[in-house]
Amino acid sequence: MSTGSHVIHALYTDDDVLMNAVKEAKKKHLHINEVYTPFPVHGLDKAMGLAPTRLAITAFMYGCVGLTVAITMMNFIMIEDWPQNIGGKPSFSYIENMPAFVPIMFELTVFFAAHLMVITFYMRSRLWPFKKAENPDVRTTDDHFLMEIDASGHNAQELADFLVGTGATEINLVANEE
Amino acid sequence: MYTLSKNLRLTAFIFMAVGFVLFAVDYVNLPKTTEDVIAMEAAHGDGHGGGHASEAVTHDSGHAEANAHHGEESSHSEGGHEMTQEEHNKHVLAQYQNKPWSAIYIAAFFFFMIALACLAFYAIQYVAQAGWSPLLLKVMEGITGYLPVGSVIMLVLLILGVFQFNHMFHWADPSLVEEGNAHYDKIIAGKSGWLNPYRFIIFSVLYLLGWNIYRYFALKFSKNQEEASDNKWHKKSFKAAAGFLVFFIYTESMMSWDWIMSLDPHWFSTLFGWYVFAGMMVCAITTIALVTIYLKSKGYLEKVNDSHIHDLAKFMFAFSIFWTYLWFSQFMLIWYSNIPEEVTYFITRIDDYKLPFFAMLGMNFIFPLLLLMNSDFKRVNWFVVMAGIVILLGHYVDIFNMVMPATVGKSWSFGFVEIGSLLFFLGLFIFVVFRSLTKRPLEPKRNPLIEESKHFHY
Repeated sequence: MSTGSHVIHALYTDDDVLMNAVKEAKKKHLHINEVYTPFPVHGLDKAMGLAPTRLAITAFMYGCVGLTVAITMMNFIMIEDWPQNIGGKPSFSYIENMPAFVPIMFELTVFFAAHLMVITFYMRSRLWPFKKAENPDVRTTDDHFLMEIDASGHNAQELADFLVGTGATEINLVANEE
Repeated sequence: MYTLSKNLRLTAFIFMAVGFVLFAVDYVNLPKTTEDVIAMEAAHGDGHGGGHASEAVTHDSGHAEANAHHGEESSHSEGGHEMTQEEHNKHVLAQYQNKPWSAIYIAAFFFFMIALACLAFYAIQYVAQAGWSPLLLKVMEGITGYLPVGSVIMLVLLILGVFQFNHMFHWADPSLVEEGNAHYDKIIAGKSGWLNPYRFIIFSVLYLLGWNIYRYFALKFSKNQEEASDNKWHKKSFKAAAGFLVFFIYTESMMSWDWIMSLDPHWFSTLFGWYVFAGMMVCAITTIALVTIYLKSKGYLEKVNDSHIHDLAKFMFAFSIFWTYLWFSQFMLIWYSNIPEEVTYFITRIDDYKLPFFAMLGMNFIFPLLLLMNSDFKRVNWFVVMAGIVILLGHYVDIFNMVMPATVGKSWSFGFVEIGSLLFFLGLFIFVVFRSLTKRPLEPKRNPLIEESKHFHY
């Protein structure tokens, strides 16, 4: 049992207890592989020491793309291809008719940022339709929180005692499949 | 307890003194008679004065411009709006006489609305039972300390305005609504049921009384709560705040029609109240953030952490966007429909006030959008201070754009009269607000949500 790679699954029933457990585990320099939660827990990423997300940066870039698409599209449709008389002001200039296009520019900025960000998130998290679920315990989709700790090189019993001390309601020692 | 430091008191007095001197210096130099106007236009060279000397002048600015459309549809004495040189000089003189009054009015209203919106934000905290903000409630109470002072100043200015000591409120001129008078204005006469000096003053007094009464009781309840053994007074605060917010959202709209929109008496916009509201909310929240950061830098408000500043900055960001949304909604509909009596408002502003008009958009929208978008920047105090100062200046320019084109028209400039008024009221605001902060402990002890606020962490 002491040889080979093992992981410990510690289950919690409360997000505050889980947060404290994660901090305790970090203090003991345990390696937390992953935490599975039924809903996003505020500050968990910082407590686990994960690198800050870059999703916001991609959102900004997608927004810029959306804005550019809107401008190019409206310029082509309303000014170049079939010049329109907008608000009784037939100037046929994009910049002079710009206020009329602002709602479209805004909507496409939001549309691109939102949709592409979601798609990026799915790809980055390796989620796609019909994919087999990765979470080790179905209860983490309901009301349980699961912290997975790398047990190799540790005494499993000591580790289990420590985790019970942090408020875990259930501890499982699992052999790594790899 | 906070004590007002000598330096800050001195700074406030220096602002007031410098503001007063700048105002006085510029005031003396403004033209007082039509001869001064002629001399001034001559000094400007042939650009303005010389060209018009012999022929009739086609005039379009300020109230005169609003009259132009009207002139076409009724038998207005200035039909077609051709002015003789003498009329032109008189008209320009009237604009110059409005200039110092408008400068005072803008600065007075700007700081008044900060205190007022701060009171509304304070009430929202109680009604929403917000857990993050109780640590900041006493700061907000301090900022609303300017409300009584600002109310008296505003009331005096409004009385002087509508009873014709100055001519900022064009509609208040009795000859405009007198049938058969050479200056009879059909549109203004049609609005005289609402736009008349007595209704105006009575309503203004009611708004001001209502807001100040709520402030009085809100402060009293919150003080009693500190000494109470149960939450009875907190519940009273909640009820008072809920009632006040209903009263506020109606009276704030009417106040904005009366005090600002009526400066352009021919023009109207149905979302003007919201637009002014959004602007004043941004300014109030920005002021709360600036005062909080200042107090923290002096070692007070130890429990206030980065997350509180972060939340205030989020509000600054969000309300800046909200302000832009309303500003644009008003602008686009009027621009698109292009109806003469509506669009004249923006034509004056874009033709004669190009720089402040577009600079304001940059300062109030693009600057906060780019600076405060990043989550981490909202926790960096000097970023928040920098964004805050630009936002406050931007909204000062916004008020400037609401008032000046209506009262001063083309004869505007950003001179010592404007800077002086702004500095004077800034000094007064700093002095009154920080003196008000010394009157109560900066940290509530018995607020039922205070523990949540102390541990607030994002």
